[in-house]
Amino acid sequence: MIQRRLIPSYIFLILFSAFSIFPLFWMVTAATNTTVDVSQGRLWFGMFSAENFKTLLDGMPFFESKLWSAMRNSFVFAAVQTVLSLLICSLAGFGFELYHDKAKDALFGVLLMAMMIPGVATMIPLFTMMSKMKLLSSVWGFILPSIATPFLIMMFRQNSRNFPIALLDAARLDGLSEIGIFFRIYMPVMKSTYAAAAVITFMNAWNAYLWPRVVLKAPESQTMPLYIANLAGGYTIDYGALMMSVLFCSLPTVIIFFILQKQFAEGITGAVK
Amino acid sequence: MEKKTNRWGWAFLITASAMIMIFSFYPMIAALITSFKTGSSANMKWAEPWYNNYARMFKDKTFITSLKNTFLYLIIQVPVMLVLAILLAQLLNNPHLKCRGLFRTCIFLPCAISLVSYSLIFRTLFYDTGLINSVLMKLGIIHENIKWLGQTNTARGVIIFALIWRWTGYNMVFYLAGLQNLDYQVYEAAQIDGANGWQTFWKITVPQLRPVIIMTVIMSINGTLQLYDESVNLTNGGPAGTTMTMSHHIYNTAFQGKANFGYASALSFVVFILVAILAAINLKVGDKRD
Repeated sequence: MIQRRLIPSYIFLILFSAFSIFPLFWMVTAATNTTVDVSQGRLWFGMFSAENFKTLLDGMPFFESKLWSAMRNSFVFAAVQTVLSLLICSLAGFGFELYHDKAKDALFGVLLMAMMIPGVATMIPLFTMMSKMKLLSSVWGFILPSIATPFLIMMFRQNSRNFPIALLDAARLDGLSEIGIFFRIYMPVMKSTYAAAAVITFMNAWNAYLWPRVVLKAPESQTMPLYIANLAGGYTIDYGALMMSVLFCSLPTVIIFFILQKQFAEGITGAVK
Repeated sequence: MEKKTNRWGWAFLITASAMIMIFSFYPMIAALITSFKTGSSANMKWAEPWYNNYARMFKDKTFITSLKNTFLYLIIQVPVMLVLAILLAQLLNNPHLKCRGLFRTCIFLPCAISLVSYSLIFRTLFYDTGLINSVLMKLGIIHENIKWLGQTNTARGVIIFALIWRWTGYNMVFYLAGLQNLDYQVYEAAQIDGANGWQTFWKITVPQLRPVIIMTVIMSINGTLQLYDESVNLTNGGPAGTTMTMSHHIYNTAFQGKANFGYASALSFVVFILVAILAAINLKVGDKRD
């Protein structure tokens, strides 16, 4: 039974949900239409998805196309960044919380200030740094600045609050080294935090645009957001093919969203406890 | 023993700390130094006079427009989005509501889409002969196509509209998390006492969420000051640079045409200072209301 007085709530929620889903529905249908149909606002599915896909391949076999190379780069870069970020930031969160003293707390306070530093402000010195280190257009140039983030460290630190200290002491008595404690006890106990951190890091890396645009100069090093933005930057735009490429860029993150929505929400709210 | 474990603690946190120093703090200082120079890459010289890059901003029309745009978005988009997000969170927090999970998933879904993707989606939606125009025509609301992205004010409107679409669900998730600790019976008690929805919203929901609201306001300000993807991909700064954001202008100054790292660094330092000032004001205001 639906409560009568909740009807306005339902109406509002249904309208807002429709508003939220509609542009994505449009993305999917537009990917199946010709550029003319898309630019004239055809709303329903068409028969041109194969056509649009072919346009994206630009006469190349799939595994030699720009689409494939951008997908592969995005996957590789995001995966490498996720693994390294999680390892380094969780180690730091572990160190800051479970070995904390005044000096470490003070250092943590300083690191948090990095959250306020805008990406656009560090972009030029980082570009100079990466070009001196010959890391432009490389996976390292892409990920190095974003491996250690105050946000992730804070997330692991906050979530370690409930970590049972008794476990630590018991492990030490058993003769486990401090590193052993991290890998054998801390990591398994903190599984859910790792999952949330992984989702949010992967998504951020996949979707990054400003820094990749600065550092990934070579065409073959392009990631998906750069690739689709370039498609939209030409003089004549094939809107059907463009929406098909946007669909390819969105599909992996949307799939992750549907499977790991809870972890994604935890990852966003991260350190709010 | 104590000393030894303490040393391990340092060993664990040193990599991340060093990386933040090298890739955040050092570049910030480097940017400050560069902001007093002129030229790009290999041939940088000290600016004459030393504050030249900062003085130049006041005559830079695009920069002033981008600053105005940023504050326009701050004043219109951020409040609308946050009020919508709190409202949605309050509605979804009602245990008597059916399909809560489904609604939440739908409203949260835009967050799974990259900023470049949704910018391009909205660009095709608001294309001159695109869907929005053809629907409005069919409904008889307009009689000729509106050039949404070709006029300054409508283009700004589209950016605001798109931003609300992308970020409302994101903020709602914070508020839902903040409301989790609130016993729903408080609402029911208030209702029995005759409080209406508006009153419970302001008297119960908002006070409960205050710390989360402060945080989301800071995040939104931070995000608005750094808008980039939308400006580049949705309107390309146009028409005639009137919807350009500060980050977009800084990128163009540094990397397009006649590159000027010094001036771009000075501009980026202004963004940094604005972020810091607005966040500080926010924390102060949030503190006082106790």
